[in-house]
Amino acid sequence: MRSVATAEAVETIPLTIDGVRVQTERGRTVLEAAQEAGIYLPTLCHHPELEPYGGCRLCIVEVEGLRGLPTACTLPAEAGMVVRTESEKLTSVRRSTLELILADHAGDCLTCRKNGNCRLQEVSSYLGVDCRPLLLREATRPIDASNPFFTFDPNKCILCGICVRTCAEIQGAHAIDFAWRGIETRVTPSGGGLWIDSNCESCGECVVRCPTGALTVRNFQKASRTVKTVCPYCGVGCSLYLGIRGNRIVSVQGDPESPVNAGRLCVKGRFGIMESVHSPHRLKKPLIKRNGKFEEVSWEEALDHVATKLRELKERYGPDGIGVISSSRATNETNYLAQKFARAVLGTNKVDNCARICHAPSVHGLLRSFGSGAMTNSFREIEQADCILLIGSNTTEAHPVAGSRIRRAVRKGTKLIVVDPREIELAKIADIHLPLRPGTDITLANAMAHHIISQGLENQRFMDERTEGFEEFWAVVQKYTPEYAEKITGVPAEKIKAAAELYARARPGMIIYCLGVTEHTTGVVSVQAIANLALITGHIGKPSSGVNPLRGQNNVQGACDMGALPEFLPGYQRWDHPEHVKKFEEAWGVSLPKTPAYYPLIFCSRMWDDILKGNLHGLYIIGEDVAMTEANISKVRKALESLDFLVVQELFMTPTAELAHVVLPAAGFAEIDGTFTDSERRVQRLRPAIEPPGEAKPDWQIICEISHRMGYPMEYSTAEEAFDELRRLIPTYGGITYKRLGENSGLQWPCPDEAHPGTKFLHGEKFTRGRGKLAGIEQEPPAEIPDDEYPLLLTTGRVLQHYNCANMTMSVPGLEKLVPENFVELSAEDAERLGIVNGDRVRVVSRRGEVLARARVRHITEGTVWMPFHHKGQPTNLLTNDALDPICGTAELKACAVRIERV
Amino acid sequence: MRNMNFEKLRNQALAEWETLQHSDKPQIIVGAGTCGRAAGALEVLDAITRELALCGIKAVVREVGCMGLCFAEVLVDIIKPGRPRICYKNMTPELVPELIEEYLVRDNPRPDLALGALGEGQIDGIPRLMDLPLMATQRRVVLARCGHINPESIHEYIATDGYAGLLKALEQPPEAIIDEVKRSGLRGRGGAGFPTGRKWELCRQAPGDEKYVICNAHEGDPGSFQDRTILVSDPHAVIEGMIIAAYAIGAKQGYIYMGAENALVMERVQKALQQARENGLLGRDILGSGFDCDIEIFAGVVAYVCGEETALIASIEGSRGMPRPRPPFPAQSGLWGKPTVINNVKTLASVPAIIRQGADWYAQIGTEKSKGTAIFSLAGKIQNCGLLEVPMGTTLSRIIADIGGGVAAGKALKAVQTGGPSGGCLPASLLDTAVDFDSLTALGTIMGSGGMIVMDEDTCMVDIARYFLDFVQKESCGKCAPCRLGTKQMLSILEAITQGRGRMEDLDRLQALAESVKAGALCGLGQSAPNPVLTTLRYFRNEYEEHIKDHYCRAGVCEDLVEAPKKRKLRRGAAQT
Repeated sequence: MRSVATAEAVETIPLTIDGVRVQTERGRTVLEAAQEAGIYLPTLCHHPELEPYGGCRLCIVEVEGLRGLPTACTLPAEAGMVVRTESEKLTSVRRSTLELILADHAGDCLTCRKNGNCRLQEVSSYLGVDCRPLLLREATRPIDASNPFFTFDPNKCILCGICVRTCAEIQGAHAIDFAWRGIETRVTPSGGGLWIDSNCESCGECVVRCPTGALTVRNFQKASRTVKTVCPYCGVGCSLYLGIRGNRIVSVQGDPESPVNAGRLCVKGRFGIMESVHSPHRLKKPLIKRNGKFEEVSWEEALDHVATKLRELKERYGPDGIGVISSSRATNETNYLAQKFARAVLGTNKVDNCARICHAPSVHGLLRSFGSGAMTNSFREIEQADCILLIGSNTTEAHPVAGSRIRRAVRKGTKLIVVDPREIELAKIADIHLPLRPGTDITLANAMAHHIISQGLENQRFMDERTEGFEEFWAVVQKYTPEYAEKITGVPAEKIKAAAELYARARPGMIIYCLGVTEHTTGVVSVQAIANLALITGHIGKPSSGVNPLRGQNNVQGACDMGALPEFLPGYQRWDHPEHVKKFEEAWGVSLPKTPAYYPLIFCSRMWDDILKGNLHGLYIIGEDVAMTEANISKVRKALESLDFLVVQELFMTPTAELAHVVLPAAGFAEIDGTFTDSERRVQRLRPAIEPPGEAKPDWQIICEISHRMGYPMEYSTAEEAFDELRRLIPTYGGITYKRLGENSGLQWPCPDEAHPGTKFLHGEKFTRGRGKLAGIEQEPPAEIPDDEYPLLLTTGRVLQHYNCANMTMSVPGLEKLVPENFVELSAEDAERLGIVNGDRVRVVSRRGEVLARARVRHITEGTVWMPFHHKGQPTNLLTNDALDPICGTAELKACAVRIERV
Repeated sequence: MRNMNFEKLRNQALAEWETLQHSDKPQIIVGAGTCGRAAGALEVLDAITRELALCGIKAVVREVGCMGLCFAEVLVDIIKPGRPRICYKNMTPELVPELIEEYLVRDNPRPDLALGALGEGQIDGIPRLMDLPLMATQRRVVLARCGHINPESIHEYIATDGYAGLLKALEQPPEAIIDEVKRSGLRGRGGAGFPTGRKWELCRQAPGDEKYVICNAHEGDPGSFQDRTILVSDPHAVIEGMIIAAYAIGAKQGYIYMGAENALVMERVQKALQQARENGLLGRDILGSGFDCDIEIFAGVVAYVCGEETALIASIEGSRGMPRPRPPFPAQSGLWGKPTVINNVKTLASVPAIIRQGADWYAQIGTEKSKGTAIFSLAGKIQNCGLLEVPMGTTLSRIIADIGGGVAAGKALKAVQTGGPSGGCLPASLLDTAVDFDSLTALGTIMGSGGMIVMDEDTCMVDIARYFLDFVQKESCGKCAPCRLGTKQMLSILEAITQGRGRMEDLDRLQALAESVKAGALCGLGQSAPNPVLTTLRYFRNEYEEHIKDHYCRAGVCEDLVEAPKKRKLRRGAAQT
């Protein structure tokens, strides 16, 4: 009933409103038709993003031939309709209704945070009301101030239902609803208690839509100007506006025009930016460690010191004695310059970024299957998918705005299959949940492929025309019957079959996956096994149809694109390919290192052994907290401590920075110019909104300063100049300019020339590698499997409220309060066996270390336990296994053996 | 189309029924519907079994549904071979031994305990039940089987023409069924009186392959118990009507929506559905016609407002039961956004007879614009409380006097309210009104779902308005402002008046509020909520004025005013002396 007019079927219909003939599209409501014609109708419960409601009864109209006074917001416009929006009767009923609402609205306008921005005020002044004869409500209901970011004042609530519907229709959380009846009707968080005790995700979508002062942001201040930029948290890349007053961020709003987030934000984006940017713990001055203590020094001194030390190390140990870890949190410009610094200044391919511990298997796996490693579709295509196969992704927590798109898709009828050992939020609304044992994704994918082929559900034409390698593939897959897979994965064969059929029959079907697939010793081949499913069904290369790794960090896609990887030059060009090398040597005026960083080409995660063996002596880390986020961090910390020289460029004094010899204060995302590339390959502009704290500088400028001091001038006066250099060297970025990014909501690569509009989905006509490669993939078990001593399998992940190493989110008191301590989720069966009840303090022990945590008894595959890795004092990565994927070097963060003891 | 399986089934059912009618053993029939059970039918049944064993009498004991004579429960009927069926009223376990001994052993039919006799033959001192004004005024179409068949036996239903309508329907194209229902003039018995055939036609014509039929069995009005009685006493009639409706509109799935608190209804309907499935009347390829249809019960923990069709849909969809504005109507966009027909129990129960006996037969019952019969549950200050079915157009006075037996002795009839808590109150002077959809609406009340509450002189009309408003205010779902807030403001005025704090200008405010709530509210609940206020203001304004000006409640109901007349008299007396 809502405006569902699609591009192909727009039919214009004429109707008469207040004697004026107007046109509207079929499917629109009378309210929309009136608004298009410039006619104002008072309304309190209508919101253009929500389904029609008809609760406030103010937009009533008279329609010839219709009984009563229908509400324009719910009435579909019909050809020839004759509508009146003004009459004595309408005014009288509207006024009477509004008087009733006002009499029930207790609060003082002048002290209300919504004053001047209140729909109730607007409508009241339009209708002119008088409540004196009515019984007035007194503000007796208690205000709910339990949520750290917003308050709910039920006395000001007019029960328009916008918050309830937003939570259901936009966010899909269903955390609030109406309760009670009659005059006692009220909006109540689920469970009927306080907001904080409900399943509210604190996204604040309801708060921004509340027409009155019932739901308001705490610490609200009006901004004097706004700056459009990009959220610094996850890889979704939500576009947002920072509200600025003086040199402070006072508000954050989603960008309604953005094709990525359409105005929506999650709790971190909306409430986790202000306090983190302005945290008193931000680094403000360069620091040099002397006698075990950091001392503040001038930039000159710090930079000279760094340049001198790096030069010394290079002279003593050769170029490969030093490594650079670039930052997937930093801009493309920074990453480009960081790898250029490694290759052109230090002369080594030893440069990497944190993709190594997350989606390097996707880069390599999809490269092998399709020829390029990125999301093949766009976020906005999620809602049109007929079926989504979601594997190893807790989307609503790790990529919340993408997660809410999946929920909206399901709400509209998309079928959802969730593959995850935990009963995550999306599993609760899924058509099929396959709770597999961690690390058995290959078996599951093979069994689904087996069933699809044996039922004749494959897309033979697509396979004939676009793929190769079926014989090799089938030779392996034919033994993976669903019944065989049941034994390995623990998922009943019937459910595997049902999932295979649902996915194969979908038009269109989409795969979304995340680190549950990749962070294994079998990461690359698991990705290939999943890609096989798309290749046999032809579910790729179309809108809403493809294979989509959700990238973790805000700019991990960009960091990889920029060549902050040992195995690739920028744009995935080869350091061992003469033509590619020649291009870069000409551009940079140096000869490139001709030795691989390591053989095979794995860097970051193998580096720690290398340092301990005495092969690597100096390390320049830009914005990565390896002492928190790598697997088996005891070893990482030991390695860092044994370095001759460690320089860390950071926002905060992280556990990694604490081990450094020099710490350089960097400017954060709100303080700099540059670009991020999000998970859907969209390059978006960052814009400096405020000055950096103290003497902090943009990362790219610091790199230039060091480079300059090491005898290789990098002369860029702006980030844009660096971008112009890199786009000329990276073909897929060729057509992207700052000017175009300013005019658009970003551009999705490939975008080879300035006339190119960017690419919504990949592999439409042909795969990047020519034909899609079907690969025969055998299941291998995780490197460490449970035994008598360590009987449980630990898998790890993120929570909604915190971000990875959590240096940023833990600096936000509200976020810290929401999830203050580490916890371990375990099944009721395991809990009972161990004599543990929900809320107990427990010790989780692996072969590598032990961590204290709070037990949470949840729906999770028996024998499997789950922990987040955000808590500095209880770092989960003390436990995880640093066994590596032999192809790309990703550690097996998602599977290691542990035991749990009561404390 | 001749369906051999059904023929076989029907022949078997008929043979069993015949055997039962001509049994050489005495037959004892106990009315064990909801009201019967509440009055102790199960205990009576136990006593009968015990007594028969004690006396060594072999008799057939049968449990049936409710005949609608609730005032006479527990009803026990005895048929001795070759004798008429005698209905004994207000039976108790204590009376059972006496009755059995007297009638079955000593052949004394005990006229003093009897209500009437049914069937051929005459027994001295016992009137023929159908000749009594109580029954003679009635025309039973929907209630015909109630109290006569065992509701848990599909065979007894089939033996009494059950599923013959369905068989006939399946032999015709769906359009012909819709046409038949349209010609019958059947209008929805849920309250609004929308032409049923037209609704089905809209739904059939709505685009889409997936359609639903829903039976609205959520009967929330206080004092209303027709749907419950029908489902308990003749569940197959409703199921048959639903299958015919599903066939006509092209639905493959039906839901019977009811409150989970109705344990007996649920049990009966569940059994009936199971029997229908087992006998090929539900499920795949019904009676070999190729038509597939199944029906499920949806039992919710339901609010009053869930009887409103769009709130009912929201409830089935798993949301809070809140109505949504129409258009679009459910026939275009209903359950899960698919075209959906929602009909009341009584509407659907009327359908098999219409198909079986033809539109013309049905259309000759009733008035020009309201065809067929009306079913009311009669309650309040009335002698014969119970369920009745009369041709549309029967006057209120005949219903109250003939069927209801009038108000309690020595009391004067004051008003009657039709249509549940949001219906209007009509004064005794208007009781010659013929009952049909349009004449009731013209007087400011509604047919509603068929509740009828009789009030005598001990009823205060201001208090009645307050009472019903309190009910609808508490049951308002809260979605729309006029209903949630307007009823509260009106209620506070009425409370002030009944407590002696009213002012004359309150009456204008009450009138204005009532009118704007009626015009502005979203659904039928809010739009009709002011009816008790508007009709009492219209017909009993003098009582309001007495409350306000004289602080006087003539019925002596309003506690704060009970003492007032005495005081006033005393004051007057004092002034005179």
